[in-house]
Amino acid sequence: MELDVLVAVDWVAVCKTTDVPRDGGVCALVNGEQVAIFNFTRRGEWYATQNLCPHKQQMVLSRGMIGSTGDTCEPKVACPFHKRTFSLITGECLNGDECQIKTYPVKVEGGEVYVGVINT
Amino acid sequence: MTQQSLPTVVVIGNGMVGYKFCEKLLAKSTAFNLVVFGEEPRVAYDRVHLSEYFGGKTADDLLMAPQQWYHDNHITLHLGDPVQEIDRASQTVHSRRGLVQPYDYLVLATGSSAFVPDIPGVEKEGVMVYRTIEDLEEIKAYAATAKSGAVLGGGLLGLEAAKALLDLGVAETHVVEFAPRLMPRQIDTAGSAMLQHKLEALGLQIHLSKATSSIGGDGKIDSLHFGDGSILEVDMLVISAGIRPRDELAKLAGLEVGMRGGIVVNNDMQTSDPQIFAIGECALHSGMIYGLVAPGYDMAEVVVSQLTQGARAFTGYDMSSKLKLIGVDVASFGDPFIAEPHSRSIVFEDAHSGVYKRINISPDGKYLLGGVLIGDAEAYNMLLQTVNNKIVLPPHPEDLILGARGGEASEGAGVMNLPDEALICSCEAVTKGDICSAVNELGVTSVDGMKKCNKAGTGCSGCVPMVKDLINSTLKANGAYIKNVICEHFDYSRQELFDLFRINDIRTYDAALDHFGKGDGCEVCKPAVGSVLAGLWNELIVKQSTIQDTNDRYLANIQKGGSYSVVPRIAAGEITPEKLIVIGEVAQKYGLYTKITGGQRIDMFGAHLSDLPDIWEELINAGFESGHAYGKSLRTVKSCVGSTWCRFGLHDSVTFAIDIENRYKGIRSPHKLKSGVSGCVRECAEAQAKDFGIIATEKGWNLYVCGNGGAKPQHAQLLASDIDTETCIKYLDRFLMFYIKTADPLMRTATWLNKMDGGMSYLRNVIINDSLGICANLEAEMQLLINNYHCEWKEVVENPELRKQFSHFVNAPKEKDPNMKFELMRGQKAVVEW
Repeated sequence: MELDVLVAVDWVAVCKTTDVPRDGGVCALVNGEQVAIFNFTRRGEWYATQNLCPHKQQMVLSRGMIGSTGDTCEPKVACPFHKRTFSLITGECLNGDECQIKTYPVKVEGGEVYVGVINT
Repeated sequence: MTQQSLPTVVVIGNGMVGYKFCEKLLAKSTAFNLVVFGEEPRVAYDRVHLSEYFGGKTADDLLMAPQQWYHDNHITLHLGDPVQEIDRASQTVHSRRGLVQPYDYLVLATGSSAFVPDIPGVEKEGVMVYRTIEDLEEIKAYAATAKSGAVLGGGLLGLEAAKALLDLGVAETHVVEFAPRLMPRQIDTAGSAMLQHKLEALGLQIHLSKATSSIGGDGKIDSLHFGDGSILEVDMLVISAGIRPRDELAKLAGLEVGMRGGIVVNNDMQTSDPQIFAIGECALHSGMIYGLVAPGYDMAEVVVSQLTQGARAFTGYDMSSKLKLIGVDVASFGDPFIAEPHSRSIVFEDAHSGVYKRINISPDGKYLLGGVLIGDAEAYNMLLQTVNNKIVLPPHPEDLILGARGGEASEGAGVMNLPDEALICSCEAVTKGDICSAVNELGVTSVDGMKKCNKAGTGCSGCVPMVKDLINSTLKANGAYIKNVICEHFDYSRQELFDLFRINDIRTYDAALDHFGKGDGCEVCKPAVGSVLAGLWNELIVKQSTIQDTNDRYLANIQKGGSYSVVPRIAAGEITPEKLIVIGEVAQKYGLYTKITGGQRIDMFGAHLSDLPDIWEELINAGFESGHAYGKSLRTVKSCVGSTWCRFGLHDSVTFAIDIENRYKGIRSPHKLKSGVSGCVRECAEAQAKDFGIIATEKGWNLYVCGNGGAKPQHAQLLASDIDTETCIKYLDRFLMFYIKTADPLMRTATWLNKMDGGMSYLRNVIINDSLGICANLEAEMQLLINNYHCEWKEVVENPELRKQFSHFVNAPKEKDPNMKFELMRGQKAVVEW
């Protein structure tokens, strides 16, 4: 199924694919914002979220472990501080907390990783 | 038979108890035509968990059953249409919309309404009650603009309402209670004082012994006026001063009602008209109104039994209760207030952690009569069972609230000693016998399965831990193997994985997941598998850095704000002046806070991620190596000064401590390992508080194992005495390897020993007498780990590819995280509070 693009995004090149560890994350500065980029090698997927963990306001999500949960294998990241986990797709907190993180579109082209930011 | 020819049961009221009656009747018989009238516009919902409505649950989440359920079970449901009249002569009820419904049996489950005391001003805007979802919506709307609010009534429901106000963001929330203590029906004065203390710490303001004489304000509440002349200014008031049974319909129909309200019923729940029953909070049984859901359910069961030729009767109900109020455990059971000379009380009070426990025992010390628990109600279920089943108390009944101290009592064993008729789930009347036979005969193995099978634990859910214990104990008694698994991705215990990885030569997390797991892993199994791999091969941890917890990934301890701390190894706490100076210089250069640790070394805090390799490069050049303060591994071997200097010292504890620290440094284990060596019995190194501790004796060394400080301190136990240095190391190799191979993830040695069948005598047999015949293997495996030691930081510092991983921004490696903020404290930097 093809998804409709509802908003135009600017693609910002942030790093090479080889800069991001296998099944791990790095933090990139994208237009002044800290964005966590995850190379989910096991699934052949890339994700990006805000780097700030909303629980204690710490800039650390890129250093968290990624994984999946449930029958649907929802991809997630766990904050290294207190192990709050967030869906990498929706940004929803999976521990029942009332907090949500922002997710960004990512694409890989010619060995470069791009993060999509909304064109304003 | 058609629906029409069946006898008709009409239920007035669609609350929790009215619903439960329908459910229970349907379970017993379908030979009735069921008609329900409800006053509220929605179907029955869970009022017990009403406050969760503020916590994000929707009205639908709270439903006892969806509307479809009534349809599926052929129940005729009239919502928003209260019955206005009962015509007993013609056996019909008349609803507000004009329906005339004949009945063969009538069940009144009209419940109660909030009692609103007759205080001048209660009609003012901003004065509300706490009872229905509609009430909650009104409170919610009003709280949005209120700066301060009060709850009138410090009982169970009042405190729930106060929590609701706090949750809604009312900055200043007061509780006003007429009695001199909180929850006057459930807990005693000392318990109330402890609860008050805890609630005040959470931001509630509590006013006791306050009689409210009037409510001030011009049309809209602005203050409460008390009998003692004082005034409290508030923007809103929630009244929670008790309940009043809804008996007006019964009264109108000429049924007998109590002086202070309530429809009089006998033990069969029959009113003065034998065709009409009353159940729940509207019923008055032996002069008592039961304001809890569990007795209401029991009454429903009694009526079902009456209608289906059963013989159940209602003979009163135990009003014991346990709840979590704003995060504080509160429980009251049996007779909480009984005192001398009818009973003796044992009281435990810990003002520091806010725990109060009181148990009342019979004067002969044989039976438990009741009690109160504040702050820690873990023992509630077992205590309640002890009261209800008249279980004879152990010789030291104080153990019931203090826990066994030093004994070998095992947790969970107690449940199997209960008689079969012990009522475990009082909401659904499920006994221990019911639960055990569900396990034995129906093959139920989980709490969820049990809920589906007999509804145990579906009411207030307070009994769930006990249900779980019973299921597991029954399974165990049957010889079933209770699987201890790591997480949803690996169906194995840590010990099983250890053997599987060794036999199959698994060396990476991906290979482990491919062969023995499923899904993509998670933050639980990744470090657990990492620990197993390290325990097997001791390969460089940073080669698979993304399966490690952040401390192991960056070889430093993450601190508040996202900075890291640096701890070089200072074996046994011995350090030269030259090295001390290097630490000082490095800390100064990189702006680090320094502190002496509890383990006789120096910790440098506040390092930026990108500075870590440079800091370590300088430390390594000066002869330091990693201290593994970040790992689940040996931290430090603490030593006293020993026979070299000390006039009491028997042996050279420092040298031995250095040797041991260097022998086991860097080895990964299920949890951190701490050790100590003392040169004499004065024990200055506190070796008996360590995972392994050694104390010099006249003839050699005493070896102690499995102690720890921490949250639950435990003394180490003597494994071997008067052994020589070589034997001591041999036993240590075996002991540590046995622990590394068999403990669960993140299990310290003390817990490992506590859970070991046979305890210390079994462990001693394995380590000293080689009862399993594995000691040669254990020693060889340990030697392999020791041989594979690397200083991880040296490897990183010398490897440009690895160094690159230590930057905050992948696309700006020189820049530091601007969000990291420090302030000055006693001349050094400190993290700004989060």
